[in-house]
Amino acid sequence: MSDTSPQIASAQLGTASVATHEPPRFDWNAPETRRRFAARHRANRRLQIYGLSAIGLAALLIAILVGSLVATGYQSFVQTHVTFEVFVDPAKVDATDPSKGNFRLIVRDSFAAQFPDVTNPRDQRSLTDVMTADAPFIVRDQVVADPSLIGQRVRVTMPVSDAFDQLQKGVTPRDVPETQRKVNDKQIAWFDTLVERGQITVPFNTALFVSADSRFPELAGLAGAIVGSFYALLVCFLISFPVGIAAAVYLEEFARKGRWSDILEVNINNLAAVPSVVFGLLGLAVFLGFFGLPRSTPLVGGMVLALMTLPTIIIATRSALKAVPPSIREAALGVGASKHQVVLHHVLPLAMPGILTGTIIGMAQALGETAPLLLIGMNAFITSPPGGILESATALPTQIFIWADSPERGFVSRTSAAILVLIGFLIAMNLVAVILRKRFERRW
Amino acid sequence: MPNATQSASAGQMPDADGQPNAPDASAGASARPAVAARVKIHARDVNVHYGDKHALKHVDLDVNEHDVTALIGPSGCGKSTFLRCMNRMNDVIDNCQVTGSITLDGTDVYDPSLDVVQLRARVGMVFQKPNPFPKSIYENVAYGPRIHGIARGKSELDEIVHRSLTRAGLLKEVSDRLNEPGTGLSGGQQQRLCIARAIAVNPEVILMDEPCSALDPIATAKIEELIDELRENYTIVIVTHSMQQAARVSQRTAFFHLGDLVEVGDTEQIFTNPKDNRTQGYITGRFG
Repeated sequence: MSDTSPQIASAQLGTASVATHEPPRFDWNAPETRRRFAARHRANRRLQIYGLSAIGLAALLIAILVGSLVATGYQSFVQTHVTFEVFVDPAKVDATDPSKGNFRLIVRDSFAAQFPDVTNPRDQRSLTDVMTADAPFIVRDQVVADPSLIGQRVRVTMPVSDAFDQLQKGVTPRDVPETQRKVNDKQIAWFDTLVERGQITVPFNTALFVSADSRFPELAGLAGAIVGSFYALLVCFLISFPVGIAAAVYLEEFARKGRWSDILEVNINNLAAVPSVVFGLLGLAVFLGFFGLPRSTPLVGGMVLALMTLPTIIIATRSALKAVPPSIREAALGVGASKHQVVLHHVLPLAMPGILTGTIIGMAQALGETAPLLLIGMNAFITSPPGGILESATALPTQIFIWADSPERGFVSRTSAAILVLIGFLIAMNLVAVILRKRFERRW
Repeated sequence: MPNATQSASAGQMPDADGQPNAPDASAGASARPAVAARVKIHARDVNVHYGDKHALKHVDLDVNEHDVTALIGPSGCGKSTFLRCMNRMNDVIDNCQVTGSITLDGTDVYDPSLDVVQLRARVGMVFQKPNPFPKSIYENVAYGPRIHGIARGKSELDEIVHRSLTRAGLLKEVSDRLNEPGTGLSGGQQQRLCIARAIAVNPEVILMDEPCSALDPIATAKIEELIDELRENYTIVIVTHSMQQAARVSQRTAFFHLGDLVEVGDTEQIFTNPKDNRTQGYITGRFG
């Protein structure tokens, strides 16, 4: 009986007999135990494999995204140019007012002079299609800048038109029937002649970064969008950073915890989850409609983005403040610091790295935000960078939106290039956030 | 006064047989009796509630000037809570309610018109875990005088910093690295830095909340020595878990249990001749 039920036995026999009825030692080598161990190890490995495959999948998707962007976008970082001699005919330019000259004719004649055997006026016009349509203005700007060029022969380098840029880059095929091409056989022959003479070069496309938008892909650049985004982010930062920190400090350090602070917290979290297009509509109705602020401007764009960034900054700041150990607050209170001195002298400086990290991440989100900017008109066609926050502008994401919508062949790769530039800015900002966090991370 | 038994009313023998197995209470400073002590802090019927929890029940306690008063008792008995009532550090806890009266030199500490900032300058505090500011050693000590405008000019501030560090017995060890962060010091040095920081604002009372519980025995010995020296100029109230420490450094000891002040008296009497069963049980290690 004592073998089968030791508890009862010991109860009957009293405490003295407990020692003699110890349960048998656990057998670590029993087959069942070994099986359980093996199963545990398998489960462990399985979990690791799930994690690894999740990471692998994410990495693969990112690689596909970036890979396809690079594959279509890399060609936009170079631009085909043609170099030829322009004779600035004094008969066609008035030296007293060079901007009024007939540069269209000057450029056409000079370019036709490259091919003396082309005499037919129709062919001559068709020949000028090789150059960018802005060629007369490029020459005009040079002459206006330096009127002494009148009567001279000047070597000018300018972009070729998009059709020939694509031809040179091999994007548009040569072997399709002539009727299905934007360029005809004659033009291809002329272009090849220029290539043979060494007049065609493919340098780095500086225009992509120094020019603003244009109808012609060969001239279009991101400068306007970059400057516009910069101004919008500046406005966004100037509004959301101080307001966000002030709100978070109040909620975290001063507000009594209770029903009202709970309601506020829930609403702030809700605000972070509101779709951005709603903020755009709000901006349209309130900032543009009610207050009558100027349309399409970085000021309004920045204000709308600030609404979106605010909850991110508040949440990040609150968690950074929470991470400051209470012992620091007690230490300061203990020597007689008042509440505002505790916050300003000790808690905020210690929380600053976390706050900055959150802010930069919020700014990066704002930089990529498109929908609210579309609604307040920052997707306008604007050919010069804005001079301030009150001038019409586009932003990087809206510029991508505009270009993605454009039919010209050249805008396909330029869209990808613009996305790469945007991603580059985002990576740079996030990198700064990571470095800040690593550098100022403090352990207590 | 429900549970507080004021100092030695003669002739009462403890219930337990003979001398309790108490730590040596005759060692060191506590051998000196508290002569003609003036009451510095006067607490009457102090109750503390944390929400529904009644953490401190009807506590009456006098703290004598230039005495070290030790508050002992098992964890959660309310001794730290009482300590924090004396400079109103409980104010920062949201649902903490304090009733009763605590006076410091006759002024009511909980008077709504009293400036808490000034109170905390007069009643300094040293915490359980050394908590120097993550700033330089110099800045740690200079912070208090600076915010209170105690020092006029840089040279006066320098003097205060040096004097405070000297008094805390730290100057020799750190004089060549005053501009290095205070968090880089060893635990014991950090705690002495915190003491220097507390005395830099020239307080009258220093509250110490288990100041040695995070330190090794050598650092603890240094702090205890320091406490005895500081007694000359300050009134000290110390919460401790170590009964040996209470016996070594204090002149008076108060024993708390479950929110009640069970017994208070001269340290020697508490450790050799406690009047209450619970006190004796605690100091002989039967519970706690």
